[in-house]
Amino acid sequence: MSKLVLRNLTRTFGDFTAVDNFNLTLQEGELVSLLGPSGCGKTTTLRMIAGFMAPTSGTIEVDGEVISSPTSSLPPEKRKMSMIFQSYAIWPNMTVAENVGFGLQVRKVKSDEIRRRVDAILEKVQLGHLRERYPAELSGGQQQRVALARAIVVKPAVLLLDEPLSNLDANLREEMRFEIRRLHDEFRITTVYVTHDQAEAMVTSDRIAVMNKGRVEQIDAPYALYGRPQTRFVAGFIGRTNFIEGRLNGDAVDFGGFSVPKHALQTDAALPQEVQVSIRPQSIHLLKHEPAVAYGRCRAQAEVQRRAYLGEYWDYYLRLPGTAQILRATARAQDVFDENEPVWIEIDTAQFTVIR
Amino acid sequence: MWLLAIAVLVFLVVNPLLRLLIVSFQQPDTGAFTLANYVDAYSRARYIDALGHSLVLGLAAATLCLLFGLPLAWALSRTDMPAKGLVWVSILGTFVIPPYLGAVGWILLAGPNAGWLNRLVIATTGAEKGPFNIYSMPGLVLVIGCYSFPYVVVFAKSALDLVSSEMEDAANILGSGNFRTTLSITLPLVLPAILAAYILVFLEAIALFGSPALIALPGRFHVVTTQLWQFFEYPPRVGVAAAYAMPLLCITIFLFWLQRRITHRKGYVSLTGKGGERRPIPLGRWKWPLLGYCLFVCMLSFFMPMMVICQAALAKAWGRGFALDNLTLNNLYFTLFENTLTRNATLNTFTYAGSAALIAITLALCIAYIVNRQLVGKSVGNTLSFLTMAPFVIPGIVLAIGFYAAYTRPPLLLYGTAWIMILAFATRFLPIAYANSNAAIRSINPELEDAVRILGGTRFTAIRRVVAPLLKRSLAGAFILVFIPATRELSAAIFLYSINTQVLSVLLFDKSDEGNFEMLASIGLILVIITVVLILIGFRLMGRDFMLRRTAA
Repeated sequence: MSKLVLRNLTRTFGDFTAVDNFNLTLQEGELVSLLGPSGCGKTTTLRMIAGFMAPTSGTIEVDGEVISSPTSSLPPEKRKMSMIFQSYAIWPNMTVAENVGFGLQVRKVKSDEIRRRVDAILEKVQLGHLRERYPAELSGGQQQRVALARAIVVKPAVLLLDEPLSNLDANLREEMRFEIRRLHDEFRITTVYVTHDQAEAMVTSDRIAVMNKGRVEQIDAPYALYGRPQTRFVAGFIGRTNFIEGRLNGDAVDFGGFSVPKHALQTDAALPQEVQVSIRPQSIHLLKHEPAVAYGRCRAQAEVQRRAYLGEYWDYYLRLPGTAQILRATARAQDVFDENEPVWIEIDTAQFTVIR
Repeated sequence: MWLLAIAVLVFLVVNPLLRLLIVSFQQPDTGAFTLANYVDAYSRARYIDALGHSLVLGLAAATLCLLFGLPLAWALSRTDMPAKGLVWVSILGTFVIPPYLGAVGWILLAGPNAGWLNRLVIATTGAEKGPFNIYSMPGLVLVIGCYSFPYVVVFAKSALDLVSSEMEDAANILGSGNFRTTLSITLPLVLPAILAAYILVFLEAIALFGSPALIALPGRFHVVTTQLWQFFEYPPRVGVAAAYAMPLLCITIFLFWLQRRITHRKGYVSLTGKGGERRPIPLGRWKWPLLGYCLFVCMLSFFMPMMVICQAALAKAWGRGFALDNLTLNNLYFTLFENTLTRNATLNTFTYAGSAALIAITLALCIAYIVNRQLVGKSVGNTLSFLTMAPFVIPGIVLAIGFYAAYTRPPLLLYGTAWIMILAFATRFLPIAYANSNAAIRSINPELEDAVRILGGTRFTAIRRVVAPLLKRSLAGAFILVFIPATRELSAAIFLYSINTQVLSVLLFDKSDEGNFEMLASIGLILVIITVVLILIGFRLMGRDFMLRRTAA
């Protein structure tokens, strides 16, 4: 059964529409991220789920019951959820154990039971030895773990995370991504995770909802999102890519320097006259010599416009003769081409994704 | 909830001001509309003269403050002058002395005939009469200047502290010497702050009641505040006083508006606080003259008055000088314990100031919370904070007349009770409480409260378990910042006290014409000691810069 349902959720501030007709359904135990640039409405959505804000229209349901609608909104304290905030919001006047036990205390759990559960969860997040410390004496990563423990220990119906890792340094961030996923695998709490960092979303999520300007662009599993972006925004936001424009010409699409048979471009609908595709830089192979014609591949001549050596790989900017098109391609460190050197490129046509 | 807050604000702020305006247009007996009060207030040459005197006083005192304050601020902020600590401590000391106590000190120093300085001149030159007479306009300007210049120092110093040395280096490298750089680069950069300070000091000078009353009355001239007070001599002519207070109120509001315009104007980018490296300017042989000047100012404002006050407070008779056999603790003992009048006044001072601080902080805190957490619409929030900050631009003496006009008659007869004093103090210092509460609440991330609520606690639980414990310290500091000025408040108290509700400041003023300077000095010394103790507690609670926050607000 679906755990959390957002139905036609909309929120406006004056003339500004922060969230526009948002639909999302989470299954029990699922972790879904809301991913998008700042100001795309993801935090607003989260705060509506938490009950800090009422929707302008649309509803939010948990277990089939409406908890938010424009006319009535259950206050946050009645929603049996928990949330991890960008600032962690660890109460500086309470010790680690008091922070973690607070939710249980409010829920009138007996004190020895609180103690037991607090100890257990602190062990889980490797903070058992710090239970009597005050937050000011903890590092950022430890505070983050306290926030996690505090949110999980109450066994919330839904767990909400608002950019929880944005205040950590890069190494710690990578470590905490896995930590969050590990805890999710262990407790299977239905979770909504807000972030602007695609790597974070890819590591932690079952599905990702990419948002832009208050609207959902695409909701998909991380792999599908990267491999089959449906919109230009998604293709550009998740990883790097090249956009190429082509014209439908009989049974093939002509991209200037090369053409691709129509049937090779997978798409649900019929192809329009003007076709736009995305191709990832690592799907473009560079060759010194002209490759043999092969089924499912297309090839073209190009010229290196400029290049950068980044240690792990080469970053090439390629000019297709006779067009204004510039393609970015990445190549292994040993594939060295000079600037202005003519090269051949070869692309697996299955890697093209048609963009709406 | 916010309706209650509005109601309280109407009671404390709006109603007194409204009544002030209404009363100024009312016939005292019938309550009919009349312009007679205004005609009365502005038709006599004496009254007009007092207005002129206030203007002269304000301009002269503010200018003197600049002469005193600017070199000190520059020396403290930008140079390698020695003994900066000593100078800074005596400036803080000047803050601590209530202005009217400074006036008492200067009466002891430069009173005609018996003043210490006059006696010194007579003793050294053999002249028949000392040259100094404090009971004069120059005397009054000097006294007010001495106790207002710290504002200039604080304003100018904090602006100077933000000017990065690189700006001066840029001028130096283009061939401009230190002196020229200071005049053409540094000074213009801090000019807005200086102008703002000038306005503040001007307003302070024209709104003061204590010092002019102690000095101008014996000197047989009036300024606006003393003239207002005289309208209250029996039988009180409230209507005329209200009419007469209007220019003071309007000038104050206008100048505060102007001051805001000046300090908020953009373009002076160096004041954004982006720092950069700061090096003190080496003064070379000029450092001794500069230090000398700084110490001279500190002597005038702090050391000399404080010395003669201590002497008088601890002397059997102050005129007998600084001899050991003249020492006694009797004055202090008598003031604190034996004399019922002063004993009650001491007690009253504490209770009123404490209650006023409590009321002001509670109210300010509620409003700051409501406004900051946006529990009400934006326009309601703006109204709330506007009303709360409004007393800032109302001179204490005008507020007192408003309170008198509003609450001396049924249905709300508060006059003569302790409440009118407490409420007037609370209103007067409400802006200080609000500025501090606001800063305190802003420092608490709302997510801390959101976290309580999402875990199942109500807003009230959040306030009780998280907000209140976190605010404890800063509120204690805010309490002290309201308590201190409330213990020494004179200009509102003088209009609102009755025989049973005297406070130390009123008593000090009341006893001044008896010439019992030992007792005056004792009362003053007690006030100073209370203040110092409180400030030390404040330092412990909130760190060393907490005194400056109320001006920064």
